[in-house]
Amino acid sequence: MEIVFGRPKALTKVEFHYCPGCTHGIIHRLVAEIIDELAIQGKSIGIASVGCSVMAYDYFAVDMIQAAHGRAPAVATAVKRVHPESVVFSYQGDGDLAAIGTAEIVHAAARGENITVIFVNNGTYGMTSGQMAPTTLIGQKCTTCPEGRDPGRAGYPIRMSELLATLDGATYISRESVHTPARINSAKKAIRKAFEVQLRKEGFSLVEILSTCPINWGLNPVDSLKRVEDEMVPFYPLGEIKKCREV
Amino acid sequence: MDQRVVISGFGGQGIMSMAQLIVYAGMMDGKNVSWVPSYGPEMRGGTAYCNLVVSDMKIGSPVVTKPNTLIVMNLPSLIKFEKSLVPNGLLLMNSSIISQRPARNDIRPYGIKINDLAVELGNLRTANMIMLGAYVELTKAVSDDSVFASIKKVLGGAKKELVSLNIDAFKLGAKSVHAMCAKI
Amino acid sequence: MEKVLMKGNEALAESAIRAGCRYYFGYPITPQSEIPEYLSKRMPQVGGVFLQAESEVAAINMVYGAAAAGARTMTSSSSLGISLKLEGISYIAAAELPCVIVNIMRGGPGLGGIQPAQSDYFQATKGGGHGDYRLIVYAPSSVQELADMTYQAFDIADMYRNPVMILGDGLLGQMMEQVELPEFKENKLIKTADKSWAATGTKESRPPNIFNTLYLDPEKLEELNLALFEKYKAIESREVRAEEYMTADADLLLVAYGITARIVKTAIDEARKKGIKAGLMRPITLWPFPKALANQLSAQVKCILTVEMSQGQLIEDVCLAVGRRVPVHFYGRVGGMIPSVEAVYHEICRYAGMKDDALLELDAGIRYTYAEV
Ligand SMILES: Cc1ncc(C[n+]2csc(CCOP(=O)(O)OP(=O)(O)O)c2C)c(N)n1
Ligand code: SF4
Repeated sequence: MEIVFGRPKALTKVEFHYCPGCTHGIIHRLVAEIIDELAIQGKSIGIASVGCSVMAYDYFAVDMIQAAHGRAPAVATAVKRVHPESVVFSYQGDGDLAAIGTAEIVHAAARGENITVIFVNNGTYGMTSGQMAPTTLIGQKCTTCPEGRDPGRAGYPIRMSELLATLDGATYISRESVHTPARINSAKKAIRKAFEVQLRKEGFSLVEILSTCPINWGLNPVDSLKRVEDEMVPFYPLGEIKKCREV
Repeated sequence: MDQRVVISGFGGQGIMSMAQLIVYAGMMDGKNVSWVPSYGPEMRGGTAYCNLVVSDMKIGSPVVTKPNTLIVMNLPSLIKFEKSLVPNGLLLMNSSIISQRPARNDIRPYGIKINDLAVELGNLRTANMIMLGAYVELTKAVSDDSVFASIKKVLGGAKKELVSLNIDAFKLGAKSVHAMCAKI
Repeated sequence: MEKVLMKGNEALAESAIRAGCRYYFGYPITPQSEIPEYLSKRMPQVGGVFLQAESEVAAINMVYGAAAAGARTMTSSSSLGISLKLEGISYIAAAELPCVIVNIMRGGPGLGGIQPAQSDYFQATKGGGHGDYRLIVYAPSSVQELADMTYQAFDIADMYRNPVMILGDGLLGQMMEQVELPEFKENKLIKTADKSWAATGTKESRPPNIFNTLYLDPEKLEELNLALFEKYKAIESREVRAEEYMTADADLLLVAYGITARIVKTAIDEARKKGIKAGLMRPITLWPFPKALANQLSAQVKCILTVEMSQGQLIEDVCLAVGRRVPVHFYGRVGGMIPSVEAVYHEICRYAGMKDDALLELDAGIRYTYAEV
């Protein structure tokens, strides 16, 4: 009998350490499924960032390099230059990519590095227990904005995908979400396209995925999914943001 | 008096706040106190533990590697820390969920069914307060009055009923430890 | 003063506010995130600025700006975050700007772990960043000292126009103890501290104040370095602080700082019960290091044992201070492990020549003799 819903080959057998209801796990699975479907496991090299997904090196059954906080795109750049035939992806949170790593991601995109970035936006610093992230919404309470984010003091949330899309080096950018089965399907398609762009050597690709952090949002898993729909999606519109050539 | 205590259990069993009440009360009693939590992501659902010292003397090491009192709220904690207890040390176990006996016979083990008692009181979350009552009754490490004052202080603006529920739980623990904690 | 029960990180943060610090710039990192979290709540209450920067690099440069603008300012981080601040620290030292930098150390190298360590001693005391510069480095060993030293650090920084570092560790930052918080400093008083050198706008009444660290002419750069050298010499002669514990009759000297020193004290108490004459020198300032005291104590002891949560960094300063007068031994745990009282006690027994049963099996850790006589 054929197993239809097995564990993707590109995932190890290690059990995820993520909190109940955290969608990091779903996103890992989608990336692994695409690696399987494109049959690129043997030539994939992943770059783990610093955040809750830091242990991605335990989960993806491919060569993995753990990078300093925010620097994954720089590490990925060099790996791709050394092994142009490999498939190189980074997996980064919003603190990692949109705060400390802003320079690296902007310049990797501007150079049109032929890499794929999986950008997980949960609007907070999960790993360090819920501080404000650059993507934290106005009014959202975090441990470093206890009264809710006040733009007068802490500025406005950044729409990273839109910002990066202005760069000529960026080929494919899409914002997705995994809070419903339909959205999961769409996210998977986008991840596939992003990897295909890299395989066709067409340049920089990035998929931003809205994700939950029930533990730091102080919500249960179901309400967290609802919050993605009700609060995040209105500010972070879903869909393809940039598509150069016939992706 | 020199209480060197390890309290251990699941994250969410109220270990840290129980330990905090002891040191708070100790401070009110004029003792020297220290409180060292375990920290980090393993706390999410994993084992959490806390080292505390209440002493008449100045505290040297706040790290407790050889406790004279060990309070375990779950089985993994018993397994992890039993060895560290000093000979003739006091062991307090949550016997609602630990059915195993301690392996050593050179220590003083007490069991108390804190979960069951807490459910009887109508709130499982008071289990840690029941354990606190048992601990204070057995060691007299801090005064009851200071514990009550600490409960009021820590619960801050909380409702009166919550304060009195916690004090009731404390008293229930103090009472039940004699009644229920014949040597196992 | 009333005693309160506080976490080290929070006591430090409150103390900074009481010392008149109104500008804090930081970036979250365990095990010091309580500092920015506490200040995000407190700063607005006292009319101060809390700003979560986009990185440690940005945070330290915000401190550079605030200090040059004449404010009492602070940043905090842990180990790897401090590594990122080093460039800025070098600039701040070169521009002779006062500020307080807190490092609540965790295990390294690399991303390391989040448990306590003392492996940034070299980084703190020997530069870390480029160029010849010195930080005044305080090593508190209790929550009370975290509060007190942070409070004093701002005055010392202003007095010497030099960055001051508070070097703590995850255990100190996370633990709670009773603490007497220092008094609020009068805002007025702080403002009158002479900062006529600051960048405030000339108001067209004085020549511009310029903060620059570029000196293309080597003679000019040497002048700056000589001036710094004189300042550092003055600090070395005036600001050394250390604590002695049971040294009067000691013939075995332990050297340890921070939280480790407290573990050592308890081990010394145990050893004394067995008649071993052990004592402790605890450097409170790591730079300037209490060289003279170490040298003086080395004359009366048979050997020295340093205990650290590192592979051995403080031990180098001890050796430099005492020369080859007595053997200097090392015991340490690394990677976030904490030396136990028992292990330190066993080491003391070993060097005191006690044949205790417990010594047959060595405790985990690194041990070596750095300098034979
Ligand atoms: C240089 C440096 N600064 C700070 C940290 C602490 N740190 C670890 S994870 C993290 C933020 C992670 O947030 P995000 O990227 O949003 O990922 P999430 O955990 O939410 O998935 C920070 C600040 C670090 N490891 N290195
Ligand atoms: S802290 Fe948040 S992001 Fe991290 S594993 Fe838990 S839910 Fe997920």
